[in-house]
Amino acid sequence: MDSIPLLEMRGITKHFPGVLALNNVNFQIMPGEVHALVGENGAGKSTLMKILGGAYKADSGEIYHMGERIHLSNPKDAIDKGINVVHQELVLAPHLSSGENILLGLYPLKNNLTIDWKKLYRQAKEIVQALGVEIDVRKPVRDLSIAQQQIIEIARALQRKSNLLVLDEPSAVLGKHDIENLYSVIRRLKSQGISVVFISHRLEEIFIIADRVTVLKDGNVVATRETKELDTTSLFQMMIGHQLSKVYQRTERKFGKTILKVENLSRHGAFNNISLELHEGEILGISGLVGSGRTEVARALAGADTPDSGTIYVNGQRVHFTSPRHALTFGISLLPEDRKTQGLFLNRNLGENISISSLKDYVRLFYMNLIKERKAILKLIKELDIRATGPAQLAANLSGGNKQKAIIARWLGAKSRVLIFDEPTRGIDVGAKVEIYRLMDQLANKGVAIIMISSELPEIMGMSDNILVMWRGQVAGYFTREEATEEKVLECALLGANQNGRQIV
Amino acid sequence: MGAKSFNVKSSIQRFRETRDIGGILEKFGILSAYVVLVIVATILSPRFLTSLNLLNVARQISIFGILAIGQTFVILTGGIDLSVGSVLALVVVLVGGVLPEYGIFAAILVGLAIGTLMGIINGLGITLGNIQPFIMTLGMLGIARGIAYIYTGGMPIPVLNKSFLFIGNGYVLGVPVPAIIFIALVIIAALILRYTVFGRYVYAIGSNAEAARLSGINVDLNKTFVYALCGLTAGIAGILYASQLAVAPPIAGEGYELDAIAAVVVGGASMFGGEGGMFGTFLGALIIGSLSNILNLTGVSPFVQRLAKGLLIIGAVMIKARGRKN
Repeated sequence: MDSIPLLEMRGITKHFPGVLALNNVNFQIMPGEVHALVGENGAGKSTLMKILGGAYKADSGEIYHMGERIHLSNPKDAIDKGINVVHQELVLAPHLSSGENILLGLYPLKNNLTIDWKKLYRQAKEIVQALGVEIDVRKPVRDLSIAQQQIIEIARALQRKSNLLVLDEPSAVLGKHDIENLYSVIRRLKSQGISVVFISHRLEEIFIIADRVTVLKDGNVVATRETKELDTTSLFQMMIGHQLSKVYQRTERKFGKTILKVENLSRHGAFNNISLELHEGEILGISGLVGSGRTEVARALAGADTPDSGTIYVNGQRVHFTSPRHALTFGISLLPEDRKTQGLFLNRNLGENISISSLKDYVRLFYMNLIKERKAILKLIKELDIRATGPAQLAANLSGGNKQKAIIARWLGAKSRVLIFDEPTRGIDVGAKVEIYRLMDQLANKGVAIIMISSELPEIMGMSDNILVMWRGQVAGYFTREEATEEKVLECALLGANQNGRQIV
Repeated sequence: MGAKSFNVKSSIQRFRETRDIGGILEKFGILSAYVVLVIVATILSPRFLTSLNLLNVARQISIFGILAIGQTFVILTGGIDLSVGSVLALVVVLVGGVLPEYGIFAAILVGLAIGTLMGIINGLGITLGNIQPFIMTLGMLGIARGIAYIYTGGMPIPVLNKSFLFIGNGYVLGVPVPAIIFIALVIIAALILRYTVFGRYVYAIGSNAEAARLSGINVDLNKTFVYALCGLTAGIAGILYASQLAVAPPIAGEGYELDAIAAVVVGGASMFGGEGGMFGTFLGALIIGSLSNILNLTGVSPFVQRLAKGLLIIGAVMIKARGRKN
């Protein structure tokens, strides 16, 4: 290997409000190297790559390209240096053909006037074939599979004279066959001397494809190692390697009766044969990778999507939810991951956001008793300690933690008995996280049943009474608090291994 | 010294801020815009601020103002109804047709029912049919107008029923009946928005339809109801139109949908939904009506009036956009 790295990031530090996302991170990429970047969600992988791609600016630190200091203040700077990032959400023009997408902005012209379509498609075809794949370059991108779209995105990046390609979780959405294809494309790029950084959650593939691996944890580099020095277990330990902190609030609780029971619930393409049981006063953590079907199960339980088969019992009564409204009448509510687009009415005030699901309680004949409503709102604001100027404050101006509390208040006002949190603390700063945890603990003590979906393992370990792990749409494991260890949960989530967990029901 | 100069600077800044007309309008809202207009109008023409003229304005704005009430509900949900002018025409000709044979009550009933029915069809197309409001109501704009022409064969139907003509032309205690109906409807609509569960749902759906669904609101049902309500206001406006003009032509109400939308927008509602109110729409209609009126009184040509109305709409939205940016 050459001694001068293609790219070197030195002492990169980046703060977000309330969070230290990257702390003095050093990261090197050698020419022609395939380098894997791993770590839990929130470890700082994407932030680091966004800085490398010029999308974010580091608070401090330096970046060197072939030993020469460079400044990347926007994505164009990075592209000019041959650094191309393929994001997880693909950014293609769906109505244009794949050939047009590959050569977007670089169309060959006829007589300097009109597009030379023949030449365009010939060029595009050559580019695709050079990657060792067969794709009809005249087909609109929207008619291609996700895997093919990803190839198009890579092909497009290569048009810009890449010497470094960053792939953000490229395999997360691919099937087995497509992953093999992706590997061969990566190998081909490597043989052409192009370096590849890829972010991945699939530990097995790191050993198949990567030369080196860097592990990030809580914004710090744990280590950079050659993959041949490691095995799955040692990589695990590097990813975990820490103590549960005191942020997780838990008091001793007793479970009440079974409030929710799910048998063999399936929805095509989302999840398969899910069974679980939830008691009053229980916090059931659902772990698993993004895309493992966690959110889809939550939505089915809350009536937002309709499952294809299986049964749901609430308090022993068999139910078949047709809408969130229907689920709400049984006291089940969802606190969605994306609070801005699915949870809140941002241009309405806090009070309206809280009372929207319990308005019927204030109706007297035809009209609402606004004084009674206001009293109830004020009581909830006080109870949950929502920091705001009052019920009239615009929801958009609440902080992340208070936004989440506003939705909790909405459901408490509607007398929900089962709260399904999807990533309850995403986008919330550390201080407010602790408050949310305390609130969840208090609610469980009052007999509310909670399902908590989370990508953050410490959160799952710290808050859950029982832990259900999902893997590719299935239940990969179920652990009681006593049985669970981070290793077991992570192993189930990553590999789907079932030997440590026991199946319930 | 440093502190002093800082104070001077900030007070200059404050002075500038208070002098900022956009800022004032944003702060005191649409009401101040209306007051400014009234003052300017009074200076330009002493006839403006006479009770006779003001009542005249009230009568003139009542028809598109009533359309604007229904339109407000629709726009608050984030939708739009382009069909109200055509639905009004359909109601006008059917009222004209029913009136001679079946009498005044049957005519009114038919008018209200047809307006509501067209609204329900719009609503079902948008919710169950999953058609965008702009497209659905654009289609209805053609359909309702087409039926009106087919029904009349293109010829206007005369309206002769004396007691029916009272609705559009009569006075009660010196106030024109259409104005009384308009103001009463504004008050009822404002109460609905503020005091009923439905009113809250309208705002919630417009603010974030997916969050509304997850909050247990039946979004489709409430949206359909909103379009039905908008159709109902077109029915009421159609009855007033036929009565006021004593004739039922199929060309009735052409372009009225745009006046109605303009009133809602000038009144401060957001086209994205979730923001706005009935009082704003009322003032919006009043401003548009007063502007036409003062231009009439000062003898400005109707061509220029159109131009002025266009500028007014853009100006109102610009002021609002500026206020939001700050």
